[in-house]
Parts: sequence; C-alpha cells; structure tokens
Amino acid sequence: MTATIPESQQLAYIAAKAADSRINLELETEGMTLNIGPQHPATHGTLRLIAKLDGEQVVSCEPSPGYMHRGYEKLTEVRTYPQVTTLVNRIDWLGSFANEVPFILAAEKLMGIEAPPRAQWIRTILFELSRLANITLFLGDLGAQMGGVTAVFYAFRDREHVLNQIESVTGGRFHPNFDRIGGLKDDLPKGWIADTKKTMDKIRDFCDEIETLLIGNEIFQTRARGIGVIPPEVALSYGLSGANLRGSGVDLDLRRDDPPPGMPYDKLDWKVWTHPDGDCFSRTWVRLQEVRESTKIIDQLLDSIPSGPIMAKVPRIIKVPEGEAYVQTENPLGAMGYYVVSKGDLVPFRVKIRSASFNNVSIVPWVTRGVYVPDVITILATLYFILGDIDR
Amino acid sequence: MPRDDRREAILARISEHLGDAVVGSHIRVGDDLWVRVTREAWPEAAEVAQKRLGCHFFDFLSAIDWLPSPFGRDMDSQEDIVVKGLEPKEPAPMASGYAGGDTRFQVFARVYHPVEHWGVTFKADLPDDDLSVGTWSNVYRGANWHERETHEMFGFDFVGHPNLIKLYLPIDFEGYPLRKDFPLLSRRVKPWPGIVDVEPMPGEDEPGDGDGEGEGGSE
Amino acid sequence: MTSLLTLADITPAYWQSTLIRVLLLGVIVPTGAAITAIAFLFKVMAWMQSRTGPMEAGLLKKTTVIDGERVTAHSGRGELQLVAEVGKWLQKEDLVPDGADRFAFKAAPFIVLGSTFLFFAAIPAGPGPAVAAMLPGGIFFILAVSSLSVIGVLMAGWGSNNKYALMGGLRAAGQLIAYELPMVLAVVGVVVLTGSLNLNDIVEAQANFKVGPIPIPFLILQLPLFLVFLTAAQAELTQSPFDMPVAESELVAGYQVEYSGFRFLTFFLAEFATAFGFAALISTMFLGGWYLPIGIDPSSAVWYALGPIVLLAKILLVSFLIFWIRFTYPRFREDQLQKLAWKYLIPLSLVWIVFTAVMVVVR
Repeated sequence: MTATIPESQQLAYIAAKAADSRINLELETEGMTLNIGPQHPATHGTLRLIAKLDGEQVVSCEPSPGYMHRGYEKLTEVRTYPQVTTLVNRIDWLGSFANEVPFILAAEKLMGIEAPPRAQWIRTILFELSRLANITLFLGDLGAQMGGVTAVFYAFRDREHVLNQIESVTGGRFHPNFDRIGGLKDDLPKGWIADTKKTMDKIRDFCDEIETLLIGNEIFQTRARGIGVIPPEVALSYGLSGANLRGSGVDLDLRRDDPPPGMPYDKLDWKVWTHPDGDCFSRTWVRLQEVRESTKIIDQLLDSIPSGPIMAKVPRIIKVPEGEAYVQTENPLGAMGYYVVSKGDLVPFRVKIRSASFNNVSIVPWVTRGVYVPDVITILATLYFILGDIDR
Repeated sequence: MPRDDRREAILARISEHLGDAVVGSHIRVGDDLWVRVTREAWPEAAEVAQKRLGCHFFDFLSAIDWLPSPFGRDMDSQEDIVVKGLEPKEPAPMASGYAGGDTRFQVFARVYHPVEHWGVTFKADLPDDDLSVGTWSNVYRGANWHERETHEMFGFDFVGHPNLIKLYLPIDFEGYPLRKDFPLLSRRVKPWPGIVDVEPMPGEDEPGDGDGEGEGGSE
Repeated sequence: MTSLLTLADITPAYWQSTLIRVLLLGVIVPTGAAITAIAFLFKVMAWMQSRTGPMEAGLLKKTTVIDGERVTAHSGRGELQLVAEVGKWLQKEDLVPDGADRFAFKAAPFIVLGSTFLFFAAIPAGPGPAVAAMLPGGIFFILAVSSLSVIGVLMAGWGSNNKYALMGGLRAAGQLIAYELPMVLAVVGVVVLTGSLNLNDIVEAQANFKVGPIPIPFLILQLPLFLVFLTAAQAELTQSPFDMPVAESELVAGYQVEYSGFRFLTFFLAEFATAFGFAALISTMFLGGWYLPIGIDPSSAVWYALGPIVLLAKILLVSFLIFWIRFTYPRFREDQLQKLAWKYLIPLSLVWIVFTAVMVVVR
C-alpha cells in the first residue's frame, strides 16, 4: 500500500483551502460557480456537479445526484420477488444481469435453497459476461472523454459480440431478467458455448487494441498519471470498491475473498489485479486487466459446465421465510449488495440496495479539491459510475 | 447445533469494548453477525469497529421502519376487495428482526474487515419522539452521503454531521418517503389488479389464473 | 502544349488580372474547405472508426425495378451531406446576444475568414505567375496573415457577452500565440536552405537540390522541423490533440458558443479552409510543392496544368496525416500543451536551425 498524495496535489489542497477561506471572508466575490450538468456529454447520465472555480483550479466540486432517483427501495416493498428482479435489472443498466444476482442469492439464502450446479455455472458465466459488457464500454468511453473519440466506436463494435451472446441466452441485450430464485429461467441454446469462446477471443483482441490506442498513448498517460490519487485508507473509509479500491493497492476482491454461496470461483484458476499507485491510470489499468481475466474465467467455466436441471424445486408462488440476509458480490462497478428483510410474505419488507457507485461518487468532493478543470473530467471518467447505480 | 466460533469470538470482543451498550445480537452460523447497541453508544460503535476491530471498509448505513404498512398489504388485489367484496387482511403486529428491537425505527449500518473477510451489521433503536443519533461520518467518511440519504428518506437527525441536507430530493420536498406511512402514490392512483400472467415453471405449459394470491402447489 | 493559355500570354490589364485572381481565390478557398470536410471529416473519419459516415444525402438517383415497380433511391453514398449542412446553417436564425458588442461579434468570423483567404494568396500552384500574389516575402506574409485569426478569436470571445466564451477565447488565443513561435522557427530552417522567402523559390530549390539525379524534398533534410511544423499547424487549427479550447464544450463552451446560422458556418468554413491551406503550405515547403521529378523541366509550361494537380495530391496526403492524428490522439490539458510548445518544440527547432546553418556554411 504505497499510494501517497504527490506534493503538487498537497500544495494544491493548501491553496484550495486558502482560496476557500478567502471566499468565505469576501462573501463569494471571488471565483466562479460552474454547473457541470445535468445534461452533459461527458458524464454517464444526469449527474450535476456544482464546481466552484478559482481561475483554473477547482475549489470545491460537489456532486448533486438525484436526477434519476426512481425510488427503488420503496418500490420493492410492493413487488413480489420475481418482480423485484425485473426492477433491479435497471440499476446498473450496462451490466444488468449482475444486478439480479446478489438479490436472488439473498432470497435463496433466506429460503435455504441452492440452485443446481448447472444453473450456478451458467449464472456465473452470465455474471462475467455482464462485467465484460460493462467495462468494455468504460474503456471506449474513456477515449471519448479524453478526446480520442475513435476508441468509442471500437468499444461499441466489439461489445456487440458480448451482447449478442447474452441475447441468445436470455432474450434481452440490456435487461435480461433471467435469474430466478432457485436457478435460471431457461437453458443454453445450441452452439452457444462455441460462439462464446470465439467472442472471448474477440474481446481479448479488443483489449490489446485499446491498450495500444488509448492506454499506452503518451498523452493519455500524461493526463492520467499522478492525477486523482486516493490513498488506500481514504478509499476504505469512503467505501470505494471494485477497481477503484484495487487501483489504490488494496487487495480485496469479493469473488475470491468472500464468495457468495453458489458461485464457483474457488474452483477456477484466476488472479486478482491490483496497482499500488492509486491514480487515474492505475484504476484504468486494473479494469483493463480485469477484462482480460474475465475472459479467462469464462473460458474455464465454459469448459466445465456440468449437466443437470436448470432450476431447483421451488413453489410456484414464492414466499420467502422470515429473516434478514445480506449478500454482496463483486459487480462490474464495485461491490453491490442487497440487504433483504423478509416477513414471510410474498413481498420483501425492506430491501436496502448497497450500490457501488454511490460510495464511489461520494469521494468526488475530496479528490477534486485543487485540481484543474479538465482533470475533473478525467477523475470522473476513471472513477466510473453509472447514474442508475448512484440514484437507484 | 453447529456453533460459529469465529463470530462468537468477534462478538465477545465487541462486547468487551462496548460493555453494556450491546443490547442484542444474532449470529447466523457460518454467515453473518448482527449486533444491536444503544443509541448513545452508536458513534462509539463506529470507533470500536474501525479502530479496535479493524473493520476499515464502510459498507452502508440506512434505516428500517418496522411499522407494517397502514395502506393494507398492497399485494392484496385491491380489485378483489372492491369487486368481490373480500375483506382486507389485517396487517401483522409490528415485530423487529434479528438482534431484537423495541421501537419502530432502527438505524443500521454494516462494516467489513478487508483482511479477515468478515462483516458485522450494527443496529440501534431510535425512540419515536426523538429521531436523532450521533453521526458516523467522523470515523467513516463514506457515511456522509448515507446519512444524508437516511435523513431525507426517514427524517432522522444525525448529530454532528457537517452538511445534513437533502441528497436526492428537491430542497422543498415535504415528507419522508421511505417511512411506511408515506404512501406509494402509484399504488394509490392505480390499485394493484392481482397476480396475473404467472409465468409457467420451466417444463410446464399452463399459466396461472388472474386470481388474488394463493398457495401454488410445488411441482 | 504551347496552346495552353497562361496568364502571362494573355497579358490583360492589371485590374482584369487582379479581378480574375480574386475570383479564383473566392472559388478555391470554399472548394478546398469542402474537399477537406467531405473527404476527411465525413468519410475518412468514419472509415477509421469502423462506421460508414453520412449515407443519405446522395447525389445520384438509382432507379431499380423491384417486384415490377420502379423504385428510385438515392445513391447511398452521402455526397451531398455538406450541401445539406450548409443549407441547414444558412436557414437558421441570425442571433446576436443581448448586450453583445455588435461590431466585434459580427466582424469576428469575417476576420478569421479573411485571414484564411489571404493565406491562400501566396501559395503557388505552378511556376511563375501561377499564384495570386507573387510576393518576394511569401512565407513571411503567410505567417503574418495567419496570425490575424487570433484577433478574430479574441473578438468572438469578447463580443459574445458571455464569460465562458471569453474564457474559451482567451485560452484559444493563448494556445495560438504559443504555437506561432515553433511554426516560425520551423520555417527558418527551410528558408536558410533556400536563401529566399519566396515560396516559388523554395519549390525550385527543392527541385534543384539533387543527390545524384534525384531531387530531395526538404522533408528529408529538415525532418525534425517538419514534425515541429506539423505539430504547430495542428495546434493552430485547434485540432486534437490541441483542441482544449474547442472541447471546452464538454464543460463550458468555446468562443463559438453564441454563434449560429451563417456566422457559425463562416467559422466552420474558415477552420476547414485553413486546414487545407496549412496542408498546402506544408506540401510546398517540405514536399516540393507543385513539382514532381518526372523529368520535365520546372520552368516549362506543362506545369501550369500539372502543377495544381500535383499540389492537390500532396495536399490530400498531408491533410490525411493531420486528420489521422486528430482522430487518434486524446487531448492535452492547457498547461501540458503550453509546456510542449515552450519547453520542447522551441529548443528543438533552435538546435536544428543552428545545425542547418552550419551545414549550409560548411557546404
């Protein structure tokens, strides 16, 4: 854990604090307040940032979320468990299968049901596919925000292959709604395994291409190295998760360390990537390596799918017994968890959705003090959030 | 009855640091640990968790409102009540969950140990007439936004929070949406018509009926 | 060949030849912009990004018979997209912001466009008088005139009565002025080798500078300065990787924010015409201009016809390079971009100029 704040950033913090006090004394006559968003080509959705600038430097940058707040936690109180699955797809809409999984696992934990092995394997494969779909878009979008727009088109083109695979199994590219308590809705179509293996090769080629085009580009490195350094203690205290945490050197991956029941990560041979620097580049690099690692995981899973039923015996109308359960998984955006409180009813009593981007974005005021205005865009791009995940 | 020695040991350490403040606990064997503390000891629980136990990773902080919804069980088909003249079912009496609890509102938070890989959920009761509790944001910086959200959704006051204003909702919004007595307007406007179009189980053909709730036989 | 009419043979009155030159310029500049825009902005960019580009606004109509019915469809190649865009911009409302400095606001696009027209005046398309203005100080004139656009940008930023436009305009002006120096220094090496500022002399010098039987263009001799000039030209055009003033439209908006309708079209036209012009300048100075070593003497009359074609080919090549860099690289932050100019490009060009001067004296 060697991430330290570079001296230039420390000096910038001191300057920003001084500027702040100057602003308070002089009744806000200095500096300019800039509204970035909510309609904005650079952020992943309707996020509003209220930035106070002093010339080129940011004095404070406060995100004001809530433009996409849909009241999910209230809505879950009137929906049956299968209906909640449909709802929950739309939290992180790029890797949407991944949102269903922790909720289903929590319900299964309360019911005491375990999905049959074949369903567990396919569930994990789809979980990793959603990670690919999500992070390939991140890599392309990073180019768009940095100014190298070509990367976006390559990302969308290659991501189509992953979405095609998801669609051929689940019927939905973006909102599969495929996970069920006790298993999955349907089995794999014929020829899917071979096609998915070919797709994995394409994604690996895409990773190499993006590395040459964008990540290895000198200008990108100049703009990303040393910017937005987050030391590991601060990251843990804010609850940062996923690649943001691993990019600061903390070796925590819930797939390996706290595997949820029924996801066979311990039977596979794979590696967790970390980077000690804690800056924007390290976060990006960790995500790139995670995509490559995911393709290897999927290959191993595809080789070893057991045969068997796709659904355990569950009653037609599902009433989950009384209790509370919390399941957290390593989603593409970070650690996502569902705290399900059940009263033995058709509907959950309370569902607390712990979404990764909520904590990831709460660090923005801390990390953007004293940086230049273009760096705010870089930091936001590499912290990587989805608005549906912040606002739920 | 299997025992979870690891979690029992953690519970013992927590009790050792907090003493009488621990008023309830629950261990699900092999899975998870719940600890209920008094309201006064709530900020101290954060200190103990982070500094003594080493739970540096902040997961979340929120609240539970244990009041059963006064709008009836919205899953009862409202049409059945009106059209067929069925009686609305009585809501169950108020009961709290794991680790006990006497009040309607409970604040709860979860933290995680990033090296030893275990988590603990803290809960605290809040009396109905004084919904305030100390803040966790001095210890866990991530609690800042979580407490703002809990404040606007439930109406709690977090004493010592640097900037307790609304996070999601507009500044002039009135009411506390996640409380059970705050109606879900979409259901008030359009009542729920009952279970329709039940998806057939894999391997089966007939869909379910459009009839209220009922126990389905297992396959 | 001798029946080719040249401007020299006709010897019209001074005012007639001036009028013809002005009209020619008036045709060439927008055409150059159009070629650049259509070829590079639409199709080449699309090809590099694995997409097709505009396909609908087509020129030809293709009539086919499907199921016994005659179906007429567009050609599916999108040639007329630029015409459609121009038409769209022209029919928009002409807004002048409230409280804006009316003269500055209205004049700014035309100052930028004017500098572009003047730019083309000194670039030769053939030997002798095949140039709008035969200036002995050709390069000097071009560099001076290209700086006029900075005034236009500042006027646009100030005259918009919008603090974001002002900030964008100031940033753009800072960048443009910073990259003037490397541009000028890069030219000095070429001038030292030629011994003259006249662009026609530079082309002839490249034609005559032979190693054995092959003339060497200054690209080879002055490669570092070619790269410096290319970078500086990219910055003068505010294109990636130097488009922070324009990409401010991510956060704020650049100096063009308050412009709409034909005023914005003027900025757009000026931007692409200037790209065409810089490509022409680079081709002339470093690639040999209108001359191609195919055995025809540079002073023959063939070049009045062949010269423009050769020059156009070289312009397209250089434009491809400029736009290729634009589509590939992410953008610099302002301080990094200034650092590049002051700390790297200027010392490099100074060193190479000294080297060139020493070589010239020694030879």
